[in-house]
Amino acid sequence: MNRSTIALELRGLVKHFDRPAVDGLDLSVRAGQFYALLGPNGAGKTTTLRIVAGLLRPDAGAVSVLGIDALAEPIAAKRLIAWVSDEPMIYDKLTPFEYLEFVAGLWSMDAGTAEARARELIEWLGLAPHAHERCQSFSKGMRQKVALAGALVHEPRLLILDEPLTGLDAGAARQVKDVLTARVRGGATVIMTTHILEVAERMAERIGIIDKGRLIAEGTLDELRRQAGRAGSSLEDVFLDLVAKQSNAA
Amino acid sequence: MSQPATLTWFARHEFNLMWRDWVSLMTAGKRGREPILAGVAVVFAVLVHLLAYFLIAPLARAGIAPDKTTLVVLTGGAFLSCSLMLSQAMESVTRAFYARADLDLILSSPASARRVFAVRMATIALSTTLLTTVLAGPFINTLAFYDGPRWLAAYGVLLALGALSTALAIAVTVALFRGLGPKRTRLISQIVSAVVGAGFVIGVQAAAIVSTGSFSRLAFLRSEDLVARAPEAAHLIWWPARAAMGDLGALAAALGVGLGVLFLVIAVFSPNFGDHVVAASGVVYEGRKKHRRRTAFRPASTRHALRRKEWTLLRRDPWLMSQTLMQILYLLPPALLLWRNFGDDLGGLLILVPVIVMASGQLAGGLAWLAVSGEDAPDLVAAAPIPARAVLAAKIEAVLGAVALVVAPLILALALAAPKIAAVAALGVAVSAASGAMIQIWFRAQAKRSNFRRRQVSSRVATVAEALSSILWAGTAVLAAAGSWFAAATALLALLTLAATWAIRPRRKKGDILL
Repeated sequence: MNRSTIALELRGLVKHFDRPAVDGLDLSVRAGQFYALLGPNGAGKTTTLRIVAGLLRPDAGAVSVLGIDALAEPIAAKRLIAWVSDEPMIYDKLTPFEYLEFVAGLWSMDAGTAEARARELIEWLGLAPHAHERCQSFSKGMRQKVALAGALVHEPRLLILDEPLTGLDAGAARQVKDVLTARVRGGATVIMTTHILEVAERMAERIGIIDKGRLIAEGTLDELRRQAGRAGSSLEDVFLDLVAKQSNAA
Repeated sequence: MSQPATLTWFARHEFNLMWRDWVSLMTAGKRGREPILAGVAVVFAVLVHLLAYFLIAPLARAGIAPDKTTLVVLTGGAFLSCSLMLSQAMESVTRAFYARADLDLILSSPASARRVFAVRMATIALSTTLLTTVLAGPFINTLAFYDGPRWLAAYGVLLALGALSTALAIAVTVALFRGLGPKRTRLISQIVSAVVGAGFVIGVQAAAIVSTGSFSRLAFLRSEDLVARAPEAAHLIWWPARAAMGDLGALAAALGVGLGVLFLVIAVFSPNFGDHVVAASGVVYEGRKKHRRRTAFRPASTRHALRRKEWTLLRRDPWLMSQTLMQILYLLPPALLLWRNFGDDLGGLLILVPVIVMASGQLAGGLAWLAVSGEDAPDLVAAAPIPARAVLAAKIEAVLGAVALVVAPLILALALAAPKIAAVAALGVAVSAASGAMIQIWFRAQAKRSNFRRRQVSSRVATVAEALSSILWAGTAVLAAAGSWFAAATALLALLTLAATWAIRPRRKKGDILL
């Protein structure tokens, strides 16, 4: 693989809390891919993604974002990344318009460019009727859409989302999925964790499965089926089978 | 064992919750700290008893006669306690209406909402009384020890005042609820409770400044003029004071009135408790208000975007702003002193310096907690391409800017009367505010902004250090303004305090969030 086409590369990533959360993880994601990172609860998915987003420091290992050493040059790497957590962290007392203005300020964007993008996102995500209302009374779905708009306003080349569809109704989930698909078509890379395996099955080009902080399987759905020896099975069956095999082996 | 859903069953549940909440508050939620808590409680009890001993033992030994001066002082003390209890009770009653906690569970059960309300209000009365008793108890004990056990009747007066304050708090809150609606009541009731809490202290202090030109409330209460103007000793207004001094008839009357009014208020208002809670729970879903539409993004540097965000959030949260600015209420008496002495008594103006400097340190500490620990979107800010130092610097600039805005009018007025004193005060404000903010940065811990009033729980060291630093910088400023070289000593102590606080700050674990 050409290094310049790799959006994210993790080598020997280690992070311990009370126990190993990430245990020598190696992972490569090509630029322009929709990548789903799956794993049981406590597998180390969120810890891994928080390290990539610059929210945690690893105990060991290397993180490269589009060729930039994210541990040595965190600011340069952060310019290219957007992070959306499962619990949308927005400001109750700001309106979506003001929130996007603030995010644009954090990423030092030109006000005119940022405003045009913000308006486009607000429209696209169906937030226009609420663009000038404070977020305090928004539903979980609307808050998640505001957070997603914030993540997209600075045109990140690597978008990292931790369970972005949790708690969303069907309409909001569809909008979020459409936005992500469009970003990948536009050349961005999306890495997403999810427990909704049907979403990963339908949307992801490649899927990584981690358990106990290690990558136990990786590839397209067909490649994973072959690894599990379950041709034609659903991702759910493949996932459960691979995780069970790993547990038995341990 | 009491039968489920009866009054005693609910009471047991409430006391259990209240006890656990208190222990959690005192131990910052950390297990295994109960023995330390017990030790601290004993040390605190000994210290406040010692303080009470030094303050009133000489008086008590000589015997305290129920003359008019004593009655005025005791009644003033009762009013002070009552205003504090009313303030605390109003805050608790409001919380009982708005805090969801277990109310969804209880109100969706077949249990009587009326009983829940009755028990909750009785618990509020008891906790309100207990808090004041902790502060007043050592004084009562000292008086009882040296001047006879008759003074123990004061505990009964505290209970009566606690019950009366709670009854008043319920009535006022329900009246606000019915008159203004649930949406406005929460904010207004919180502000009223804070103003009531500070109001009597500030009022007496203002009266002391106007009549005697000093800050001493006791001197004012004992002043010949006030005592001469007060009603005769046989007047009904002195009954609580008489009761506190052991007049059993007056004590029975005080208890009868206090507890009677509380029972009456609970009986009258408890049938509508469920309706009020349901109305309060609907506040968040009420119509969304559109705000003045800005049509364009404003260009801003990263730091300015952060500062602007902090100021906007503060401006838009009137409850937080009222809590923060409440400290500024205590600047009113010195402002009064400034106005009174303007142009003729520069020496009197010196007293302003420590008050302004100390208030600035405390205000900066509170605002810094909101900006740093109370950051609502720490992931967003930490994931942005800005060095953590720049984020903290922008937040501190926002805090210091807000402090400057609040104290600037006072400093400017002072500058017109005494430029040198004003310059020293301004320097003191800057140093004290910066110190308060730095301490909050060293001890930052992620928390919800709504926990502002309980921020001291996350670190008592930070709270004590912030207070100590403010006091020492206040002392330094007043000594410097007076031209005393002792200012160097207090400044050194303040710096040592900061150095010691920095040395014991919690170490950021390798891998902590990079803010």
